[in-house]
Amino acid sequence: MTVVTDKAPTLVRAPKDSRDSFSVTKFPVYLAVLLIAVVWVIPALGILVNSFRNPQAIQSAGWWTVVGELFNSETWTLQNYATVLDQGFANAFANSLAVTIPAVAIPITVAAFAAYAFAWMDFPGRNLMFAAVVGLMVVPLQMALIPISRIYVGLDITGSFPGLWLAHTGFGLPLAVYLLRNYMGSLSSSLIESAQIDGASHFTIFTKLILPLSMPVLAAFATLQFLWVWNDYLVALVFLGVARPDNNVLTVELANLQGQFGEGALNLLPAAAFVSMVLPLAVFFLLQRYFVRGLTAGSVKG
Amino acid sequence: MEVSRPHDEPGSQDNSIQIWLLRVISALIVPAVLAVFFFTFEFLQDPRTNKVVQVVVAVIVGVGGVWLLYWALDRLVSALPARAGSGVRPFVFAGPALMILGFYLVYPTIDTVITSLRSARGDEFVGLANYGRIFSESTYLISLRNSVFWAIVVPIICVVVGLAVATLADMLPRKTENVFKSLVFLPMAVSFVGASVVFAFIYSYRAEGFGNQIGLLNAIWTTLGGSAVDWMRVPFWNNVFLMVILIWLQTGFAMVILSAAIKGVPDDIVEAARIDGANEWQVFRRITVPTIASTIVVVWTTILITTWKVYDIVAVMTGGRDGTSVVAERMVTEFFTFRNNGIGAALAVVLLIVVMPILVINIKRFREQEALR
Repeated sequence: MTVVTDKAPTLVRAPKDSRDSFSVTKFPVYLAVLLIAVVWVIPALGILVNSFRNPQAIQSAGWWTVVGELFNSETWTLQNYATVLDQGFANAFANSLAVTIPAVAIPITVAAFAAYAFAWMDFPGRNLMFAAVVGLMVVPLQMALIPISRIYVGLDITGSFPGLWLAHTGFGLPLAVYLLRNYMGSLSSSLIESAQIDGASHFTIFTKLILPLSMPVLAAFATLQFLWVWNDYLVALVFLGVARPDNNVLTVELANLQGQFGEGALNLLPAAAFVSMVLPLAVFFLLQRYFVRGLTAGSVKG
Repeated sequence: MEVSRPHDEPGSQDNSIQIWLLRVISALIVPAVLAVFFFTFEFLQDPRTNKVVQVVVAVIVGVGGVWLLYWALDRLVSALPARAGSGVRPFVFAGPALMILGFYLVYPTIDTVITSLRSARGDEFVGLANYGRIFSESTYLISLRNSVFWAIVVPIICVVVGLAVATLADMLPRKTENVFKSLVFLPMAVSFVGASVVFAFIYSYRAEGFGNQIGLLNAIWTTLGGSAVDWMRVPFWNNVFLMVILIWLQTGFAMVILSAAIKGVPDDIVEAARIDGANEWQVFRRITVPTIASTIVVVWTTILITTWKVYDIVAVMTGGRDGTSVVAERMVTEFFTFRNNGIGAALAVVLLIVVMPILVINIKRFREQEALR
């Protein structure tokens, strides 16, 4: 945790030597790279291809058999997607959004205020409390499942979104406070001092000065938290899934489809999986920079 | 991590009872308003409420409303005498987060430890009996054994492959490097459940006479002359096949972090070694690896924690059948399916105890840094 700084890792380094041209002597390197790339891509390629095939074809022959009939119009269809969306995945997609958006926005707000206090205010127990936050980062969320679901059952709020928003807020807060505090604390102290001399209050310094400067780390945490909440299965299953199936998120719905008895659902699985992946993949490609920065700064999350 | 020392403001270290009372109250208001709003307003609980409305209300209240509350509390605190004001204000800012953490992580941790000392339904104190069962009955011993097996294998392979990929990528032309790294990194965006579905189409098995093999592994296996295998039911090896899924998911993480570290190795040291006649392997072994050793440890630790708590993959692929159960999966089964809170809680505590050393090291390291400031 200490060795990794929260500076964005430079994925590209300054131009130098012969690295930018291919050379024959590096042939073994290229071969190894190609091999690894193929091994890594094939699993995902398999279901991507399958998701666009005829249901009967999916059931009767492996996806690689399309090689012989790539240009046969009967090979490809969008039917699986239509069926899957119709059978609850459109609803589950909306549910995932409904869970994720507040579960990203709320912890950022709460954590930003706390991070400012930890970085720029003095109070009794400050270091002790922050050490506790650091410790909480690795506490498995399994520790919270039984007591919190007991409380939720008591309040009769299992199966509703608000319980999930706040649970994700709680589980995301340690990392958020940690990342934001380290970033805010590294901002120039002379900047803050001069603002204070000008008579600015903490609230003004926080909103007008620190927050705008902290946008990169806020984006980094937002990306991490988005992927974490969207891809979460366990929390949604325990606090949401069983009580109200209508509110199921994509991961729960997908796991249910996968668990259905027999192979009846086999032709729907690939399309369903891609429906669940499309948004995180888009986020991944568009915000990769922030994602990498968040991962780098937040290694060792619980 | 350079954190500047805040100013000493008068009253900030005030420890009188009145000040502490005000601190606690100001910390409680935001979470209390959130909870009351989210949990008592029927329309947010009602499944018939339009989801768009729910989300809009949640964001307006959870961000806008919360913001307004912080602002109002800050104004209120400003109305206090200066000393009291600067004593309470930090708790207006940090308090709500601490309260939410207390409710969702600290209290549950204590409660789970207590629950683990009680019977299945919690009506009887049983001491360490639940732990006794976990460490003696074969059902639980299998889960423990598998979890340890996962924790040994997955982090090491992820780090080794991630290091190899990062090193190889470093030798490629820049554009190719980025494409290659993105490919290996891509699974990081995929959910564990999604990845399980992806691999279901690799491990798929059909008994003889029930159609063509549509799983890639069996297709290759039968082409090579073997007869189709139900991979998820092969004792011992089914665990390895499940681990492959997590390795596929997590190697990208190791690669990205290690790649950044490798690029941070000073070029002049590497050049000097080359001039002294070191070959690429020696440079890697004697310079790159020692230089990035601490990053390797961080990456290994992070993946270890993820692996130790793995739940989704096992739950979706096998449900823990055929000797593939792991602790986190067993925990949910006990608590959810068998309604045995005692054993479920004890298994959760086992998950915690194993990561405790990492927790302690992290805090220690943090305190050392703070002392250096």
